[in-house]
Amino acid sequence: MSEAAVKVENVSKTFRLYHERASSLKERIVNRRRAEYEEFWALKDVSLEVARGETFGLVGPNGSGKSTLLKMIGGIILPTIGRITTRGRIASLLELGAGFHPDLTGRENVYLNASILGLTRKETDRNFDEIVGFSELEGFIDMQVRHYSSGMYVRLGFAVAIHVDPAILLVDEVLSVGDEAFQRKCIDRIKRFQREGRTIVFVTHAADTVPMICNGAAFIFKGNVEAMGDPTDVVRAYRTKLHGEEHLEASPGEERGDLQVKIERVRLSDGEGREKSVFRSGDDLHLSIDLETPRRIDDVMVGIAIHDEAGTMLVGTNTDLENSPIASLQGQTRVEFTCADLPMQEGRYAITIGVTTRDHRHVYHWMEQAYSFRCDRSGPTEGVLAIPVTVNVEQRTERHVVET
Amino acid sequence: MSVEAPEVRVVEPGAKVTTRIRDLVRYHELIVNLVRKELRVKYKNSVLGFVWSMLNPAMTIAIFWIVFTKFLGNSIPEYPIWILSGILAWNLWQGSLGMAVGSFIGNSSLVTKVYFPREALPLSSIGANLMHFFFQFIVLVIALVIFRFPISLATVVLVPAALVTELLVLCGFCLIVAVMNVYFRDVQHLLELALLAWFWMTPIVYQVAFPIEHLGKISTVLPKVYMLNPMTSIVLAFQRGIYQHISYRDPSTHAHVQLLFHLGILWYLRNLAIVAIVAVGLIAVGWAIFRRLEWRLAEEL
Repeated sequence: MSEAAVKVENVSKTFRLYHERASSLKERIVNRRRAEYEEFWALKDVSLEVARGETFGLVGPNGSGKSTLLKMIGGIILPTIGRITTRGRIASLLELGAGFHPDLTGRENVYLNASILGLTRKETDRNFDEIVGFSELEGFIDMQVRHYSSGMYVRLGFAVAIHVDPAILLVDEVLSVGDEAFQRKCIDRIKRFQREGRTIVFVTHAADTVPMICNGAAFIFKGNVEAMGDPTDVVRAYRTKLHGEEHLEASPGEERGDLQVKIERVRLSDGEGREKSVFRSGDDLHLSIDLETPRRIDDVMVGIAIHDEAGTMLVGTNTDLENSPIASLQGQTRVEFTCADLPMQEGRYAITIGVTTRDHRHVYHWMEQAYSFRCDRSGPTEGVLAIPVTVNVEQRTERHVVET
Repeated sequence: MSVEAPEVRVVEPGAKVTTRIRDLVRYHELIVNLVRKELRVKYKNSVLGFVWSMLNPAMTIAIFWIVFTKFLGNSIPEYPIWILSGILAWNLWQGSLGMAVGSFIGNSSLVTKVYFPREALPLSSIGANLMHFFFQFIVLVIALVIFRFPISLATVVLVPAALVTELLVLCGFCLIVAVMNVYFRDVQHLLELALLAWFWMTPIVYQVAFPIEHLGKISTVLPKVYMLNPMTSIVLAFQRGIYQHISYRDPSTHAHVQLLFHLGILWYLRNLAIVAIVAVGLIAVGWAIFRRLEWRLAEEL
């Protein structure tokens, strides 16, 4: 039982990047020499172990090689060098419903898909009702899959994948399956897998979730394992590597507009006016924006937005919404926003600043997620938001003392 | 969680043959399901369904009978039986290769996204065509009943032996063409041309004695070269087993026409055995090529 569920030993993987892909024999013969390609090392000498029952997160930016590693664990692609040993049936939620044939009915596809995933006919028979029940497609199961919506398609795919009784589950990125209710059902099921002691390997670039649900993690960067072990440490290493240290920097976000109003300077400071880029939960964030307007503009509005690492807008507002409309702009102006009591937990956040007409139709200057700051957690709570919590424990019944 | 021993899977370049065989056995239901899928998909939304599989040989009989017997004055007795005994084997051959060659490209969404033993795809192409073969065999049986053809020892021995031999050869060839086509898409076009020529190099619509005699006049080597075609041995065994007449007397010219060789069942069996042994070698080579090229399969698609 001490054997690792997934054992990756000195695995390297190269891909060929063809400059001009010669895919016909004639081209190869005419060109004489072999098609020109560059070897690209997607992974370099990676070794890691995932113990049985562990939930292991692979984090890294896009193109770091983490998905390649997951695909190799799943056996879809083979390593160039090295060896991967897995113990127990694997189900991968990489591609839901891969192999569904549009001309077959849902029922026929369930059997086909289940056998692709390694299930015998008997096992599928046994699980069939539950699969259909989970997918909530009872009324459509004898309909050809070509008439399914994409949501129904994925739901059926997910239902089959989780019913193959896997010992190891591979999950890529956040599940974006169907509507919210179904998504919750999926996540509940994954959590149940965790409780049942199954091994889960999952890949993400949203690092925040990793310390919450993983026992182990590895940070992969440009094909190398940069950090491995305790999830919190791994995520810290990831953040440090990706964002560098403390400095406020205008990351290369999208910038557009005709610059009739120009964002000259942006400063982040705390309530006392001290310029800073690292805040703590509960701090005030003061944002001051210096604008330069060469010619008088009458129809104008200034807006800001704060985004999390995945790019989701957490808050967005503008001078109109905050009841401070700008009558007109000319010359130099300073606009100040204050976000009181920052409610976020640990993480990196980005700020978007935009100057547009009141109806948003014309953009003077827009800087998408061009500024960033970090937030450190100040309290003991975990999660995404730092909501002040108080606890009260009250004894409601007499305690029975058992005397011996 | 399952209590049985966990499935241990090793993912590494150049996996061992024993591992591969064990994998294939574990996934045998997948092959069955892929075959079922091919058949279902082929006749989905068609009213007649698999009857189409049987109409094909029925049509073949009609056309060849009209063209060869009526227009060209061919005098082979019970010509439809003669044609069917060869063409069913050929349909299996052509159908399997034609389907296997595109099996990876046609199922690229599977290959790039899910793990399963890749051999299952070309093998299921053979399986699907074997099912067609059985449907078409029903037509043959009906024709045998109509023409009151007897069944003999030769039928019972040669037909199954020839079928097994053909399947073995197909396994080797299908593995090779399927994987090669992923790297060079020319393979499928080349195969199409090759099959066209191959059909006429095999004694299906004409009798084997005919090319042997004519080629023999040119050189003594050529008849031997002709016999190297594995399909010749297979088709001859089918003809000997089903049609059974070795020669006949032309009713108009009263000439004695040779159809098959005046040799015993053992001679046909020996030929099949040689082909089968070569086929086993072909499977070994084909599988080696397959495993060599397979590691980049998902990336090339």
